[in-house]
Formats: sequence, C-alpha cells, structure tokens
Amino acid sequence: MSDTLNVPKALSGTGSWLDDRFHGARGLRVLMRKVFPDHWSFMLGEIALWSFVILLLTGTFLAFFFVPSSAEVVYHGSYVKLDGLRMSEAYQSTINISFDIRGGLLIRQIHHWAADLFMAAITIHMLRVFFTGAYRKPREVNWLIGIAIFSLGLVEGLFGYSLPDDQLSGAGLRIFEGVLQGIPIVGTYLAFFLFGGPFPGNEIIPRMYIIHVLLIPGLLLALITAHLFIMVHQKHTQMPGKGVTENNVVGQPFFPYFMAKGGAWFFFIFAALALLATFAQINPIWLYGPYTPVSISSASQPDFYMGILEGSLRMMPAWEWHNFFGHTISWSVLIPFALPLTIILGGAAFWPFFEQWATGDRSYHNTLDRPRNAPIRTATGMAAVVFYGVLWAEGANDVIADKAQIPLYTVTWIARVLIFVGPAVAFYVTRRICIGLQRKDKELLEHGLETGIIRQLPDGEYIEVHRPVSEEARAVLEAKKVPALLPTPGAEDENGVPSPQTRGALGRARGIANRAFAETVVVEPNGHGNGHGPSGEEHAAVAAGDGHAELPSGDEDDGGDGSRGEPASS
Amino acid sequence: MSDMEEIEGPEGRAAPVPPRRVIGTPPPTPWLIGPEDGDAEEGHGAELEPAEERLPSQSDYPEHAKRAERLVSLCFLIAFIAGCGFIAAYVGLEVGGNTPPGANVVDAVLRSNLALGLSLSVALLGLGFGALFWVRHLMPDVEMVEERHVLRSTDAERAAFQEYFEEGTSASQFVKRPIVRRTLMLATLPLAAIPIVVLRDMGPLPGTSLRHTVWSPGRRLLLYGTNQPVTPAQFSAPGGMITIVPEGYADDLDALAKAAVIIIKFRPGELHIPTRYQGNTLIGTMNWTVDNIVAYSKICTHVGCPVALYEQTTHHILCPCHQSTFDATTGATVIFGPAPRPLPQLPLTTDAQGYLVAKSDFTQPVGPSFWERG
Repeated sequence: MSDTLNVPKALSGTGSWLDDRFHGARGLRVLMRKVFPDHWSFMLGEIALWSFVILLLTGTFLAFFFVPSSAEVVYHGSYVKLDGLRMSEAYQSTINISFDIRGGLLIRQIHHWAADLFMAAITIHMLRVFFTGAYRKPREVNWLIGIAIFSLGLVEGLFGYSLPDDQLSGAGLRIFEGVLQGIPIVGTYLAFFLFGGPFPGNEIIPRMYIIHVLLIPGLLLALITAHLFIMVHQKHTQMPGKGVTENNVVGQPFFPYFMAKGGAWFFFIFAALALLATFAQINPIWLYGPYTPVSISSASQPDFYMGILEGSLRMMPAWEWHNFFGHTISWSVLIPFALPLTIILGGAAFWPFFEQWATGDRSYHNTLDRPRNAPIRTATGMAAVVFYGVLWAEGANDVIADKAQIPLYTVTWIARVLIFVGPAVAFYVTRRICIGLQRKDKELLEHGLETGIIRQLPDGEYIEVHRPVSEEARAVLEAKKVPALLPTPGAEDENGVPSPQTRGALGRARGIANRAFAETVVVEPNGHGNGHGPSGEEHAAVAAGDGHAELPSGDEDDGGDGSRGEPASS
Repeated sequence: MSDMEEIEGPEGRAAPVPPRRVIGTPPPTPWLIGPEDGDAEEGHGAELEPAEERLPSQSDYPEHAKRAERLVSLCFLIAFIAGCGFIAAYVGLEVGGNTPPGANVVDAVLRSNLALGLSLSVALLGLGFGALFWVRHLMPDVEMVEERHVLRSTDAERAAFQEYFEEGTSASQFVKRPIVRRTLMLATLPLAAIPIVVLRDMGPLPGTSLRHTVWSPGRRLLLYGTNQPVTPAQFSAPGGMITIVPEGYADDLDALAKAAVIIIKFRPGELHIPTRYQGNTLIGTMNWTVDNIVAYSKICTHVGCPVALYEQTTHHILCPCHQSTFDATTGATVIFGPAPRPLPQLPLTTDAQGYLVAKSDFTQPVGPSFWERG
C-alpha cells in the first residue's frame, strides 16, 4: 500500500517541520480525519461563512477608497449628471469608487450582494437548525451565538448601506433617527449623542463607519470563530439514516474531502456573487442622488433583511399617548420597532429552553429530527415564518399595491388581519400536515409500499401486494423520537403527593405543553423487524375478522417481493 | 408475505419476477424501494469502515480517472485563462477620467464591469467545478464512521474540578474576607459606569432644539431648487404641492431636516381647517393662510420622512415611507397610517413686497414624537 501513496517530500516534510515546533502531529491528525456528515442543508451555514469572508475581502478594498466624511463638497467628477451638485465627501467617494476606480463598481456590487446573501443564508440556516432540532442539547449555546450573529448582521447591514449618504439610505437613517427619538425617557439623548446633535449633523457617517468596519466585523469574526470551534468540538449533527446513531458521525473526513468540497463551495459562492455583481445592478447610488432631508422617492425600500421592521412600521395604526404625565409615548413607533424582532429573535433564543422544560428531555441529541416528527416545533416554526413573512411583505405594500392593482390601504388592512390570523392558521395546518406525514410513515413501516398488484387469495379475497421499504428508508422512518409523558397535572402518587414536575399553575402549563409535544402517531411494534408489513399480533387481530388468520406466517420470505396490506374492509 | 408463499409456490420464488405496476399507482421513489436484490446490501455495509481504516489511494473507477483528470485540468486551465483575462481587462479598459475621449463614461464603466465581472466569475467557476469534479471523480468515495466522545466529563473529573475550585476559592480568601469582596465590587461600579459616562460628549443635550425650527416672523418662503421667493399671485390656479425652504437656510441640511415646508393652493371654500384641532393650545388657524394657500411641515410626524406625494383630486398628502396619509383640507389630519398627529401648520402672511413669509415659527414641534414633547 505504501508504495502507492507516493507523497512528495515537500508535502510531507511540512508536517514534520510544523510538528518539530508546535507538537501538532497528533492533534492535526485528529482534525484531518474529522468526519463531516453530508447533507445539502449543512451547506447553508457555509454560504453565510463564505459570504462573510468575501465581505471582509471586498470591504477592505472599498475602505481604501471610501472617505467617511459628511464634509460638503461640490462635485466636478467624471459622472457629469451630478456635476455642480453639493454632496458629502462620503457620497462623492462612493461615486468615485463606482466610476473612477477600475473594478470599483464590481467590488461594490459584490460587497452589497454578499451582505444580502450573508443575511439570507443565515436566515435559511437558522430555519434548518430550528426545523431539524439541531439547537438541542448540547448545542444551545451555538444557537444563541447564531442569533447574536444574525442580530449584529442586521445592524452591520443597516450601517453599511447608510454609509454612501445617498438619498435612499439617508431616508433610512432618518427613519432610524425618528425611531430612536421615540424611545421613552432616553430617546432624544440617544439620537443626539449618536448623531452628534440634530439630524443629520456631520458626525454620523464617521461614527457609523468605524462601527461598520471595525467594531461589528470584529464581534462577528469572534462569534463566527466561536461558532465554528464549538461546532467542530461538539461534532456536527447528522440526519437519521442507516448506520447513524446518537454516538457516531458518518461521513467523509475533513482532509481531503470536506476541505476540497468546502473550497469548491467557496468558489461557487464567490462566482455567484461575481455574476450577480456583473449582471444584476444593486444600489445604483448615482441614480438616487446625494441625500437631502427635503426629498424622497416613492417605493423606498430598505435591503430585504430590514423589511420586517419596515413592514411593521407600515402596518401599525396611529397610536400615541399625547400626554402621559406630561410626556409623549409614541406606540406607533415603539411597538413596530421592538415587538416583532423581540418575538422572533427572543422567541428563538427562548425556544430550546422552553422545549426542554416542556418535554422534560435533558439528553444529548446528535441525530436530527425530521420536521414531521416534531409537530409542535415545526408548527411553531411555520407560524414564525408566516409572522415574519407578513411583516416582510407589508414592507413592500406600495409595490404590492402597484403591481397587483389592489388599493394601498386594502393591502395594509389585509396585512393587519393576516399578522394575527396567518400564524394561527399556519400553526394548525402545519401540525395537521406533520401528523398526516407521520401516518404515511406508519403505513410504510407497518405495511410497506403499495405495489398496485392485486392478488387473489385461495378463499377468493383480493388483496394488494405491499412491498417492504428499503433498509435505508426504514432507518430514517424509525428514527422518530417522542418525548416522554410527564405525570398528569394534579396526579398524585401513592402517598397522595402531587408530582413536583407538574404542580401549581406553572406545572399545569407544563403538563399541557408536555402533552402537546408528546402527541404522535404510534407505530405498532413490528414482529418481523425487517420491514415486512404489519406485526404478527396486529395482523392477526385485524385479519381474524376476515377469516384467514390461520394463514401461516413466517420469516422465510425475507427476500420476497411483497407483504399484504390491511384487508380491503378497513 | 406468507400469503404470497401460499399463492406462488416455491417455483415463484426460484425465479422472482419484478412485480409490475398497475396503472394509477404512483411509482415509489428509489430511496423507499431500496435495491432489488439482496447482495447490494453487503456492498453498502462494507463502506462503513472503522475509524482507523486507511483511506484508499486508488480512484473508484480507474478507467474513468484519466478522463476525470483531463476534465479537472481543463477547468483549472479555463480558470487560468479567465484570470489572465481579468488582468487584461483591468489594464485595457480605462474608466472615469481616463475614459478614452469620445466615449461615454457610464458606458465605459459598464463595459469594464462586464469584462471584469465575467472573467472573475469564469475564473471562480473554473476553480469551483475543477475542485468539485476532483472530489467527485478522482478521489475514491469513502464513508467513515467516527465515534462521538461523551461531552460530559467523568464524575471523578467533575469532582476533582469542583474540589480544586473550592480549594482555590478558599485559598483566595474571597469568601472568608467579606470586606475585601465588598470593596472590590464597590471599586468596579464607577469603572463600569465610565464607558457610558465618557460617551456624554458625543453630542449636545437635546434641550429644546426639537421644539424650534429656523422659521421666524418675516422669513421668506423660497422655492426649493430655485431658491426664489414666492408671491401669492404666482398661484393663479390651484394645483400641486410645492416644496419650500426658509430663506437663509436653503442649503443647511440640519435646518431643512426640521424646517422643510410644503404649500398648497386651494380653491375658495375647499379649505376646512378646524378652529381648534388640538386641545386648547391652538385657536383659529384659517388666518394662518394667505389667499387659500396653506403651508404644512414637510416632515412626517411618524418618523420624519418628507411627505412628498400629493393627490390633487382628494387633497391627500402621502408619506412614501410608511404611507401615513394626511387630509390637506382639514389641517393635515391623519386619515390613514401610523402617523399619530397632523402635520404642523406654518402660519403664513405676506411682507411689504408681497412675498410669502412666515408669520412665526411653527406653534408645535415638527417631525417625529419624542418623550419630552408632551
């Protein structure tokens, strides 16, 4: 074997050079052999990671040319349509990056697209983690770090697209300032300190700049590093399947497989962003013009990740306490600013602990759940998706009204109703779908697949031949884990003492939640254990009424092509 | 299954015929059916190698490896050519001030963007596809199983940790000497506050600055854009909404962020400004208008966007940001959307030369609500 390995000395020599100095051979070998499970959904987080790397690279380039200053200049550059206009140095330098720096426009557009992709990938990655239950013990901390990364990404993006000081982003900043002012007691102070005085002032651009290029990227880098280290240390979760257990990882080693795949993925993501930047114009600030607080264009929309805030501001009816002990509380600003994100991000942060409390499940989970097998979680997730989606769509209510020819106020009223009805309906429907899919799984496990072949039994009865599911499929179908039932609320043990787990009002709530989480479609234990249709007992019980329970059953037909389903009478 | 046995008999099993499907039944996915014959199962099991198994050094399909090798190198070659193309495009296509004479600057930039972007994309795609084919077709397909280590330390280790932690705590005297502990905590309090305190000089205190604008008695209204003063006679016919800036502050963004104004000319009788529209602080405002011309703050009372849209037939003013809608005929009262208050009205009059001027500043704060507004 060793003669076929044939690794040049230069390659293997590096390893010993490093080991001589860092004693790394043992640890690095373990790291290189680290097994990563393979599933398409595990690449979503990687998109966010690589987008972040591309953001750092392109952002550094942009920082060489961008001037973070509000100082007023009169433009006489190469883009003649803006000639003679007053503008800030920030805006002028962004125009220069776009028109006078070779590749500047490309890098700017890659940077902007990468920011959008970063947030989109995080969002979808979080949905994947949520719906498969990957956040469960021992990975709660990484889930919380992910939420922090998402939240920082929102601010980072907002500050980033506000830096060019164009008309559109200036309107966004004005909204940000208006919202800050609305915060009770400290609002005006916050706004005046951040903006260095009244809006717009001359301080906000350099302040946002240092936060955008140093503070938040530094935090993100630290958090992403921690996220990855924890992931490597705890080992990745995996989808259920044949040979997959809670105590192993099945997949391919980091070196060379995962490394090559990850590298390829980086190039694909970079290429996708480069293609977008080449063919899909984004944020053409030279068309928007420099910022003035006097003007605005219609259909002003922020980048998509801010859409939820924009939508909730648009949806909120006018509601304000004009005189609250001599003060003003503007609910029509405060509620949309604070409530939706608190519900979504706070709810997400709270959920793993709520689920542990409700299920009483404190064990390790390294194998993922199929979403259907956790109906309450999946339904809650879908309710959150609909909640987010309604707010997000309402953020473009003027565009929707325009394109769909629906009156603008009607769109808003629909959203105002949907924000309450939508999540409830989504919860109910998703839960039903999950139960339905579980029933289908039960059918597959107990009876196998319908083959469409009808056979006649000796007694004249017709049956449809069923075929067992494959071993791989069976391993997946059988991977369902159902939380154990807690004691019934109010139930007492033999000494008349109620169970401490479900005592009191909180305990009763826990009991109700526990029952909801434990709801499942029970699969009858299978006597054959190899996927050949119904269990002996159930089969006999069901078949008895049909007069052929005496038919011999056995395991000698393991390689056979079918099993029979329930009698036609059922 | 045993039923099948009875029906088909032993000879049926000796030569198993794949079951035919009947019309109307959907074909199951291959994943659900699994392999037709049992021997494929063994092959799968063999892939689950123990963790210390050596990686194979041969491709799975040596006969295809040569072709795959050529494909991978072709991808890398394309990436090389495209990368060179990027450099050539960078050097060859000038933009901005260096745009060749006669060429349009925007066209030059877009051409450069297309050339650079396309060559960069192709180079990256070449690398990506090359690496992908490499993994898929050159590297032998392996599946490895690694055991997970238990994250929880053994009870002995946890006990030892706990023990040492307690030893350390008592050795530090932290518990035993409360005066040290408490003064330490006391010492950190001001230090923790300092990072907040030093932010104080980031800006002035708001004071009453949000209550005032630069409008003052006699200050002329200038048309935004041309900066020309306006006379009522210029509005011979009622019409659209016109943006106004205060004389002397036409280019002062800080001033304009509060002082921007819109004026609208109405037909006689269209304007119905209630005599008192908010509590007892305002009395009759009809005399704030001149010749059926009314001036409102352009800054939305929601979060401060400029209210820039006006529908002449309904006299509705609409903020494009969050669609707060104000009725211009009734003192800009809110008829839809999140804005909690009407747009404040600027009292108008004319000066000796007949130009529109402000009679005073706004009588209430303009723009978004704030805590101290009251």
